[in-house]
Amino acid sequence: MNDNPVILAFCCHYCAYAAADLAGSMRLQYPANVRVLKLPCTGKVEVNYILAAFERGADGVFIAGCLEGGCHYLEGNLRARRRVERAKKILQEIGLEPERLEMYNLSSAEGPRFAQIATEMTERIAALPPSPLRPDRATVEKNVQEMAAAAQAAVAGDNR
Amino acid sequence: MEATSADHVAVTVDGRTSQVRAGTTILDAARQMGIAIPTLCHYRGLNPYGACRVCVVEVETPRGPRQVASCSYPLDAPTVVHTDTDAVRQSRQTVLELLLAQAPDSTELQTLAAEMGVKATAFEKAPKGKCVLCGLCVRVCNELMGRGAINMFGRGAPRKVQTAFGEPSDQCQACGACAVVCPTGAIDLAAITARHIQPHITRYDQYLTARPSIDMAHPQAAPRVPSIDRENCLHFRTGECGLCKEVCQAGAIDYDQQETTRDLTVGAVVLTPGFEAFDATRRGEFGYGFARNVVTNVQFERLLSASGPTAGHVQRPSDGKAPRKLAFIQCVGSRDTGCDNEYCSSVCCMAATKEAIQAKEHEPDLDVTIFFLDLRAFGKDFDRYCERAKNQLGVRYVRSFISRTYEMPETKNLALTYLDANMKRTTEEFDMVVLSLGLEPSATLQQQAERLKVALNRWGFAQTTELDPLTTSRPGVFVGGTFQEPKDIPETVMQATAAAAKAMTLLARSRGSAVKVKKYPLERDVTDEPARIGVFICHCGSNIASVVDVAAVVKAASALPNVVLAEHNTYTCADDTQDRLKDKIDEYRLNRVVIASCTPRTHEPIFRDTLRDAGLNQYLVEMANIRDQCSWVHSGDPVKATAKAIDRVRMSVGRAARLVPLAEETIPVKNSALVIGGGVAGMTAALALADQGFPVELVEKSDVLGGTARQIHTTLDGADVQAYLARAIERVGKHPRIKLHLNSHVAKVEGGIGDFTSHLVTGEQTAEITHGVAVLATGALEAKPTTYGYGQSPSVLTQVELSERLAAGTLDIPAGATIAMIQCVEQRTAERPYCSRVCCTQAVKNALELRRKYPQARVVVLYRDMRTYGFREAAYRQAREAGVLFVRYEADAPPQVALNGQSIRVSITEPALGRAMDLQVDLLALAAPMVPRADRKELSDLLRVPLNADGFFLEAHVKLRPVDFASEGLFLAGTVHAPKFLTETISQANAVAARAAAILSRKRMPVSGQIAWVDPEKCISCMTCVHVCPYGAPKVGTDNKAEVQSAVCMGCGNCTAECPAKALSLRHCIDVQVLGAIGGLLTPDAAARGFEPVYPEQVGVARPKWHAAPAPETQHER
Repeated sequence: MNDNPVILAFCCHYCAYAAADLAGSMRLQYPANVRVLKLPCTGKVEVNYILAAFERGADGVFIAGCLEGGCHYLEGNLRARRRVERAKKILQEIGLEPERLEMYNLSSAEGPRFAQIATEMTERIAALPPSPLRPDRATVEKNVQEMAAAAQAAVAGDNR
Repeated sequence: MEATSADHVAVTVDGRTSQVRAGTTILDAARQMGIAIPTLCHYRGLNPYGACRVCVVEVETPRGPRQVASCSYPLDAPTVVHTDTDAVRQSRQTVLELLLAQAPDSTELQTLAAEMGVKATAFEKAPKGKCVLCGLCVRVCNELMGRGAINMFGRGAPRKVQTAFGEPSDQCQACGACAVVCPTGAIDLAAITARHIQPHITRYDQYLTARPSIDMAHPQAAPRVPSIDRENCLHFRTGECGLCKEVCQAGAIDYDQQETTRDLTVGAVVLTPGFEAFDATRRGEFGYGFARNVVTNVQFERLLSASGPTAGHVQRPSDGKAPRKLAFIQCVGSRDTGCDNEYCSSVCCMAATKEAIQAKEHEPDLDVTIFFLDLRAFGKDFDRYCERAKNQLGVRYVRSFISRTYEMPETKNLALTYLDANMKRTTEEFDMVVLSLGLEPSATLQQQAERLKVALNRWGFAQTTELDPLTTSRPGVFVGGTFQEPKDIPETVMQATAAAAKAMTLLARSRGSAVKVKKYPLERDVTDEPARIGVFICHCGSNIASVVDVAAVVKAASALPNVVLAEHNTYTCADDTQDRLKDKIDEYRLNRVVIASCTPRTHEPIFRDTLRDAGLNQYLVEMANIRDQCSWVHSGDPVKATAKAIDRVRMSVGRAARLVPLAEETIPVKNSALVIGGGVAGMTAALALADQGFPVELVEKSDVLGGTARQIHTTLDGADVQAYLARAIERVGKHPRIKLHLNSHVAKVEGGIGDFTSHLVTGEQTAEITHGVAVLATGALEAKPTTYGYGQSPSVLTQVELSERLAAGTLDIPAGATIAMIQCVEQRTAERPYCSRVCCTQAVKNALELRRKYPQARVVVLYRDMRTYGFREAAYRQAREAGVLFVRYEADAPPQVALNGQSIRVSITEPALGRAMDLQVDLLALAAPMVPRADRKELSDLLRVPLNADGFFLEAHVKLRPVDFASEGLFLAGTVHAPKFLTETISQANAVAARAAAILSRKRMPVSGQIAWVDPEKCISCMTCVHVCPYGAPKVGTDNKAEVQSAVCMGCGNCTAECPAKALSLRHCIDVQVLGAIGGLLTPDAAARGFEPVYPEQVGVARPKWHAAPAPETQHER
């Protein structure tokens, strides 16, 4: 069980991202675990990006593109789907649950669908244990603070 | 950072200090700082009252902490406030417990209490009630509305809000303000007012919902600002209220705005006033207006909409239940002489089918029936769509005109009587009925047209002719869209674009004279500077700050590597903040900017412009969407929303640090056009472009111009097509800017928008031409049928052949002869599942002509659906009046034709009579299909543009971009796109000219910086990118390495993801930038440690020749 998973969403500019904005305009409520990364087309999502997200400790990743047949760039979303399938196999091989990764299709007019996808994905990932690759968030925070302090000290030193 | 002056005091709330204007209450000060304090009785615009005590906070005094109501505590000396101590929480809980006991029935109160950790009250509960006696309703009624209809009565426990003597009040104006301000939902307006409560209705939601007197007309309103409905607004009616002005923090309400009239001097006018839906109450027999479950198709469209009043759930208006059985009644107010709408509205058959499909998708068990007269699915791929509705989704189509609906008194269901498939009178009950309303020109338009001196036709639409569908009776005034004739979206887009071409021809000489070019300062060279990021976090008024702790976001952002400045602003997009942003860029020598605010889809252009104004490259800004995708969707969870906002900012900072300045390359535009095809479409496009001043190369395969139109002699409205054609051919021949190439074809097309190079082959010679755009207008042709005895008897003709013979006068029709016409020959079948659109009208036209010339002859039209859409319906009616017989047949029982020497026998089963009929026929005309030309495949390969399943060319977007190909700079017009009438071809060809002129009129074209680039060192010449790209942007260049043609690339990045050698990268979306964002989110520490600056050379951008900007005099360091 994971009560506060971090889920990364690769969203296409034309459909999923617009749908996520629409969900906002409609003030639909969904769990606050999804972090959206906008790309021009889901066809830009490389297997490498998906794996990088898991490597850095994402608990879940989903790719949301246009409806099949409705890709702004004709076939980008179909390519994305194929890559998702490939990445799922890799996840399985390295011992991560493939269901941490999913591909969705929706149109820009489907705000409620985006909210539903975010909810569904959050529930699915929350039922799994936290990613074994996830760094301790407190340590990360501590490191960031230390780096900030070091940077400030360095600047102060320069100015002296 | 904020100015301190005598009239400001320092306030420290929860450890954060800020300067606020003296006299500000603690509550307002905290809200300005983005700290939320719960309250019930506070309402902006009403004086603080301190009634509910929920807003209690702790103030430090010399004598120790003191609890005060924050809403009524003005700050006039430096004060330290705590909003979240144990004592404060406990006090609030006690207050809420008391309030809960007083108002046990209020769900609003229970929700607030639960949020504050109060589940139950320890105090003795009142038996019932929702009121907490906060007095907001009384105060709003007294102070703002000036009515005093309600007041507090009694003292102590029995105290309550009521009207005078507890009777419904005459004083009350039923404005509902009391209900709006009540925090606990305790107001029942019906019990207060003696008046009839009548909500204002929404036009946009088709009267399905109520609205306030100030609102946004619809969600996509432009400009996207609310407006006041003066007729209903209380302030305008009574001078009181003014609540909106009090509440608006931006101070945007101005009651003194006046309607202004401006005089404009223009060279051309385009009329696009659209249509109005038929008033369904004029056909009272359908029950609209009193039978509650009878709705119009426009209302149903709103019910289906995800942003509509029911959030996309189909509900019956009478009881809000999902209907089980739904019926559509077609042709309400169309094809109806009874209400003077003789024409067909053209769109309703498909609109009903679409709505039926959508309703079925929402509710798969829904039973949908469409009652129709003729199924007019005449457009591109429309028949396929209807077949899908029928066969895959089970939508039932019943050919029967419903004469009325009967509302069942108990269930509010509607009984419809119709003739079923076996011609039995059947009565069936439906839960809900949708009326497919006709399209009408509005009454106000009629007056407007009179003022403009534009002639209208007999139905009140703009009068035009078939051969010039764009020009009204007044020169210089053009028309687009449904004001000319009812039409669907693509037809409307085409015609309106075409009207623009007409206007542009008139205005060609003054093109560009009113354009103002904005001047920007020189861009600063930042390539060698380490990233210095400024992060600006927007409150968006309270849209973000009321949920997200913006101060916490600022703090987190400040700690991130490369961030030298982080601050928050009330409205980052406001003019003054934009100026402040520019100042901060200078002051802190920022070279990357992160804006955490709303969506980049609307605001990125604004901030890019700000950067350009500040002398920074526009690609150095990055936005974090913490409103649309954060505060708005997580308003119930401020803690997690804040955490998410911080993460979003980290992602943006991670990406911003790796952003690279990109130059927007511009390419010179060749201002000439290549038009392939010399039919009406090609000639019209060529003339329209040449008349605007652009050189045109017109290429025709055969030795004559005119194409298929050479076989058409008259239009339905009687115009002489051959005379029109002769004039056009003459103009093309004489036009100084048109170069005509007969007997020629195009062999090779290379390059992209603005800069194509093509090979033109004429006989043995090949010439190379350059052009900025290309237009495909190679047309279609009438197929020669293989059935019904065609070719076996001289008396079996196609419709086109018949019309030619009629025009030539070479028909020999004896008196008393019978002429039969068979429609839908070899089309609308499994092998050719589309409709050729023109044949029904062609049949009607020929039948009328036959009746005129040979009044003794009998004409029988055997049809499946008469698709005489729009005003063509009048001719269909005329034909029936002239005695033409129309006999329907079913697709599965087509007519049988037997040839026996000279005689032709046609047998058919008439489904309404259920009887076989035999006709002895002297002449048989077949409606042969319009088919694409044989060379379509070569043309498709030549231009790298797609074909649809029927072999017609596929446009960029079937609704919104009907004349463009997906590849920029390529266009299509005429029947090469889909079967269509001459008048529609003329519109489309003009539309092409307008779209093409938008490119050709530019000297240079900017190419987005976000395009793909091939690193030649890594390219292995595998051609993957060439195959992947839908636009043909990558090509094999020097050394067999791939090269991306920047003008053709659309920036999708598909090739970069597929490249096996990782030789391709998409600028502005390169791997390190994407990974930077991912790292920023999850491991900002590791990402920062591994940080390497990115230089333009890495994405193939030559280091620009930067103009040195003067070094800023003051330099701030952290």
